[in-house]
Amino acid sequence: MSVLELRDVHLTYRTAAGPVPAVRGVDLTVDAGQVVGLAGESGCGKSSLISTVLRLQPKSATVAGQVLVGGKDVQTLSWSALRAVRWGEAAVVFQGALHSLNPIQRIGAQLVEPILVHDREATPRTAGARVGELLSQVGLPARYADQYPHQLSGGQKQRVMIALALTCDPQVLLADEPTTALDVMVQAQVLELLTGVAAERGMGVLIISHDLSVLATTCHKVAVMYAGRVVEEGPAREVFEHPRHPYVRALARAFPTIGDTTSRYAPAGLPGDPPFPDHLPSGCPFHPRCPEAVAQCPSVDVRLWPAGPGRAAACVHVDGAEVHGAGLR
Amino acid sequence: MSTLATAATAAEERSGQPLVEVSDLRVRFRGYAGREARALDGVSMSVGSGEIVAVVGESGCGKTTLARSILGLVRPSSGVVRFRGEELSYGARALRRYRREVQLVLQDPTGSLNPRHSVYEAVAEGPRVHRLKDESGRVARALSQAGLRPPERFALRYPHELSGGQRQRVVIAGALALDPRLIIADEPVSSLDASVRGEILSLLLQLRDELGVSLLVVTHDLGLAWNIADRIVVMYLGRVVEQGTTEEVLHRPKHPYTRALLSVVPEIDQREPVVLAGETPDPCRVPAGCRFHPRCPALASGAAAAAGVADDCVGTPLAVLPAAGGHSAACHLHP
Repeated sequence: MSVLELRDVHLTYRTAAGPVPAVRGVDLTVDAGQVVGLAGESGCGKSSLISTVLRLQPKSATVAGQVLVGGKDVQTLSWSALRAVRWGEAAVVFQGALHSLNPIQRIGAQLVEPILVHDREATPRTAGARVGELLSQVGLPARYADQYPHQLSGGQKQRVMIALALTCDPQVLLADEPTTALDVMVQAQVLELLTGVAAERGMGVLIISHDLSVLATTCHKVAVMYAGRVVEEGPAREVFEHPRHPYVRALARAFPTIGDTTSRYAPAGLPGDPPFPDHLPSGCPFHPRCPEAVAQCPSVDVRLWPAGPGRAAACVHVDGAEVHGAGLR
Repeated sequence: MSTLATAATAAEERSGQPLVEVSDLRVRFRGYAGREARALDGVSMSVGSGEIVAVVGESGCGKTTLARSILGLVRPSSGVVRFRGEELSYGARALRRYRREVQLVLQDPTGSLNPRHSVYEAVAEGPRVHRLKDESGRVARALSQAGLRPPERFALRYPHELSGGQRQRVVIAGALALDPRLIIADEPVSSLDASVRGEILSLLLQLRDELGVSLLVVTHDLGLAWNIADRIVVMYLGRVVEQGTTEEVLHRPKHPYTRALLSVVPEIDQREPVVLAGETPDPCRVPAGCRFHPRCPALASGAAAAAGVADDCVGTPLAVLPAAGGHSAACHLHP
């Protein structure tokens, strides 16, 4: 059963310089117990997309399409129904979470608050007991409830943020760059925790990261975004090992396999920079940086097209890709 | 070993001394509750001319303190830093001369650049401070060396008009404007996008090949070390626990800590990950014996006991690894 379903989601910011399309038609589903990865670079629209799931997008943004959490369209819910969905059915661990804790409140007090707000039967006493359980679930001793955030290390704060997201037992957990500021060892601990939580509670988890190698080893399924669209999706390992889209190939190569002699003294990059959403190149937005671009790329707009079992890619090089563009219909 | 690294080693052998060498460096800070934090607790290492050395380890292992001590920003409690065989002196004039030769590039280019200074002003700051002649010529040359070509197209832009990768190139150009012999880069690509990362790393390699600059890269990214470093120095809690050429350390790691670090690099078909419990311990309370023993998987699994060294692990301190000693590890089980 899918706990989160995005259907043709668009998000456009209104700015003084005109509309800026940040998300341009994304379909994505997360099933119960499934860990899904969403990869992409800064400005590709991944954080904007996540903001729609709890209807947290700013007022200047217009959203089209459907965002279904547990079958309910979040974008059209009434305020009171929306409040029940936030935390209760879907919870987010935000990017830069290390600075999201209140510095002058003890960890325990911060964990108790959402429980008391969302669970009408909870008393301060039962909520306190629940805090101990939550902390031990994320691998922290229960006595940490009495600590202040500054007494914790980065990895410990990230664990508290995950505990905070779990307080109301949501069906889906979204984690925006949960490991970027963390060390390799702590990163491994946090990822282990997230996948463990998904398996134990049958929760859907969506992890957003710019590091494809991290997603490949932790997720069941991965979707890669570029310029506001998903350009490739499929089973995580297959996408990482045999990418079909040239952009995904470049991303996968950017993180070398240690011991692979072809990458020794040869860091692989991609010339150019990701496009700004207000100045998208024509046709396939990746064509100016694409090492495999052909004559038709600047004029045709390729949509996701099946590229093997459970896989899809948006590139003219995928067999049978349907292209929309000048004279090529 | 690649021909480049061989050439670098050959140059070092000819001159008979490394470009920078630190020996038994100790740096202490006043910690909380009157305790003393031993940020560097006996570190010996060196960087040869034209060599790229990666210092790797977790947060709090002392790698940034090491970089700051080499820059002369932190005065060691004991031990010395030598540059071209001469001991670093901490007088204002001597340091100023020294800093023309040793430059720093930080992690976050947005934070390193003044938003109200143009690219030209950012790069010209060094030459102005050092009162160098032909400022505009230097700036133009530094910009094109850093890959911002043609330089006049970038000189009058402001940081907000540039992409993350271009900003980091401006920071690197600022270092190059002084013709340094050593660039110390603290996590030079960790705040950049994946596709830009490779471009900046290629630039660093190119600077070494074309200008013969030495590089000390502080990072926790072993993939980065594999991409560009000739040698790797692994630090844990203020000490070097393993060092050697990149191939030696990454193909045949000796120290259980290095093995654990390697095992958690996200990779396909990797060995079983050894996720160490806990985080880097407290430099105010360095464990007795081997400082890694409370987290050591080899001690916990009984491998150390089987080899008859378990008592040493817990009770016998290890000597400081010498700077020049080939592939070596500070471990009772895998010396």
